[in-house]
Amino acid sequence: MTRVLLIEDDPGVRRGVTLGLQHYGHETEAVATGEDGLASLVPFAPDIVLLDLMLPGMSGLEVCRRIRVSSQVPIVILSARGDDIDVVIGLEAGADDYIVKPASSEVIEARMRAVMRRLAPSQPRSGQGDQPLAYGDLEIDGAAVRVCKHGRALTLAPSELKLLLFLSASPGQTYSRQQLLEQVWEHSYYGDARLVDACVKRLRSKIEDDQRNPRYIQTVRGFGYRFGPL
Amino acid sequence: MRRLLPRGLRTRLVVAFLLVSALSALIAAALTFRQGRAAILDRVRDGAVHELRAQIGSLAPDLPYAPAGTDLRTLALQLDRAGGSRDGWRTAAAYRGGALVSAAGPAPALPAPLRHAASSAHTAVVQRFHHAGEPWLAVALPVARENRPSEPSGLVVYASFSLIEEERDVATLLSAARAGALPVILLSLVPALLAARRVLRPVRQLRSAAEKMTAGALDTRIRVTGDDELADLGRTFNTMAATLQADAAALRAMESRARRFAADVSHELRTPLAAMTAVTGVLSEDAGSGRLAPETAEALELVADETNKLGRMVEDLMEISRFDAGAAALDLDEIDIGELVRKTLGLRHWQDRVGVDVPQGLRARLDPRRIDVVLANLIGNALRHGGPSVPVDVRARTEDDLLIVTVTDGGPGIPEDTLPHVFDRFTKGDAARPRSEGSGLGLAIAAENARLHGGTLTAANAPGGGAVFTLTLPQEPT
Repeated sequence: MTRVLLIEDDPGVRRGVTLGLQHYGHETEAVATGEDGLASLVPFAPDIVLLDLMLPGMSGLEVCRRIRVSSQVPIVILSARGDDIDVVIGLEAGADDYIVKPASSEVIEARMRAVMRRLAPSQPRSGQGDQPLAYGDLEIDGAAVRVCKHGRALTLAPSELKLLLFLSASPGQTYSRQQLLEQVWEHSYYGDARLVDACVKRLRSKIEDDQRNPRYIQTVRGFGYRFGPL
Repeated sequence: MRRLLPRGLRTRLVVAFLLVSALSALIAAALTFRQGRAAILDRVRDGAVHELRAQIGSLAPDLPYAPAGTDLRTLALQLDRAGGSRDGWRTAAAYRGGALVSAAGPAPALPAPLRHAASSAHTAVVQRFHHAGEPWLAVALPVARENRPSEPSGLVVYASFSLIEEERDVATLLSAARAGALPVILLSLVPALLAARRVLRPVRQLRSAAEKMTAGALDTRIRVTGDDELADLGRTFNTMAATLQADAAALRAMESRARRFAADVSHELRTPLAAMTAVTGVLSEDAGSGRLAPETAEALELVADETNKLGRMVEDLMEISRFDAGAAALDLDEIDIGELVRKTLGLRHWQDRVGVDVPQGLRARLDPRRIDVVLANLIGNALRHGGPSVPVDVRARTEDDLLIVTVTDGGPGIPEDTLPHVFDRFTKGDAARPRSEGSGLGLAIAAENARLHGGTLTAANAPGGGAVFTLTLPQEPT
């Protein structure tokens, strides 16, 4: 059972998504405004937040930013505007994924599951006494799913952490954006590659010293991204 | 013949101007020449007659009543000597139609008609004639009896002389006229060019304005000066341009209103659809659980299916609205075409129904999501129309700098009358086809996606039957 905080202003969509989530056995708290959503964050302690971007009062983007200040709970944007710049801004504000409305409960369920998985499905589980690996100033602990820089733990959103773990599992290997979408986000090959770009951008702002000259997450022009080589 | 006429308006104007000025100069010169020549000759003639008459007036009284040959010879001699103002005239005299008597040497040249005319004349007769290649003037003067001027005495005095001097004067006149006409014609080139420029400048302005309007700049106007026909034409042009611009703006406004309406409607439909779509899974599952009455289950199934279909249709409408609004953007990546085709087929579980022929390692820069939409539309279309057993093939190759992907099927092909409209919105390949297949926007969206890449999408029928859709993309979209 998953605790889902749904922030959605349209009563019909709110009720429909709640019904769908209940059908999959999730516990849902549905609120109509961003203010109510932020207020429920601590008492309800959701496992995941489903967030509509078009909200009256405080905008979905602002809600997203405020949640990220205090919490690394997975956030999935529910957007009625598939290709809007808002989605990109939402992703850059810290959301982990987005779902275009209208979406069936199966799609929502599958996306939630993917986001909540802490490691990419194809990534070999570390755990038989693996030691944390050090790369430059970074210390990546695959077993504890933790990343430290200069010995201080970094607060990474679930998608950032997952992407970093996936890329650093095979340093120097280049992955295309499509491959990363499939592996890390469990989207289809044809998903929105801007998800990857936005997440790389956020990740770099947290782990790189110089974002213009990234050491860890490097861009391979015309191909994709790779970790290192340092 | 037409070829010989100059093509440019300027040339024609200048040539016409020159022709007119040449003609008027020639006519003026010709008239002046004629007048001058006549005046010179008249003066010579009058002078000669006057001279002759004066000489006769002083000499005739000395003549006997019936002069003999010697008298006549003396007279002629005296007349020759008294040549007066005219040097070198030759005179002769004849009495009553008798032989001509001159002073010495041969008789002066005299034309026969003059002699004839003089025999019956009462006054001086003059005739110009040519003699030895020179123009000559001959004067015949019948001498009247003294005291009885009306009665001819039978004595006729002739004088003839060369007009070569006068001819020279006339020739000078002619060359003067000619020399005057040429500079006039040359000088008239200047006003001709100025006039042509003046006429042609508004014409040139009109032309460049019309060209600009053709290129789409409907706000083009020309500056109208003056009040002539060309200015009127310019004003009419401006009015026409204003009308066109207003019409085009109205049409564009109407079109964009219609498109915005479609976009707004689909947008508005999305929220209720989102609510419904979120529960279709619940409905389908309950309908299939066997816990409900069969009719209720069927009704639920129907609602769920149709809701999903409506959702796809609204998605397509939204997508085409984005193209119309120019809001569709390319997200380019360098992609392996073989992998792209395999993923498209795999996502839809078509891999066993479709043949693939793509060279190894064929890569192109494109928006994979959009090309997936194109391929899925084409292949889905081929699978639907060809029937379950016909072969559907996807082939890709490069030609020059182009990536060419074809989707062929072994079905009945596209009816000839539908072929030009397959990419139109809401065109169904077959009028009898059930409504439920596709939104009617699939191929229109596919074509828009191809265009967004700077490429094309075309439909045709293969010679051996079956439809062929060809997607042509630049390998490096700009």
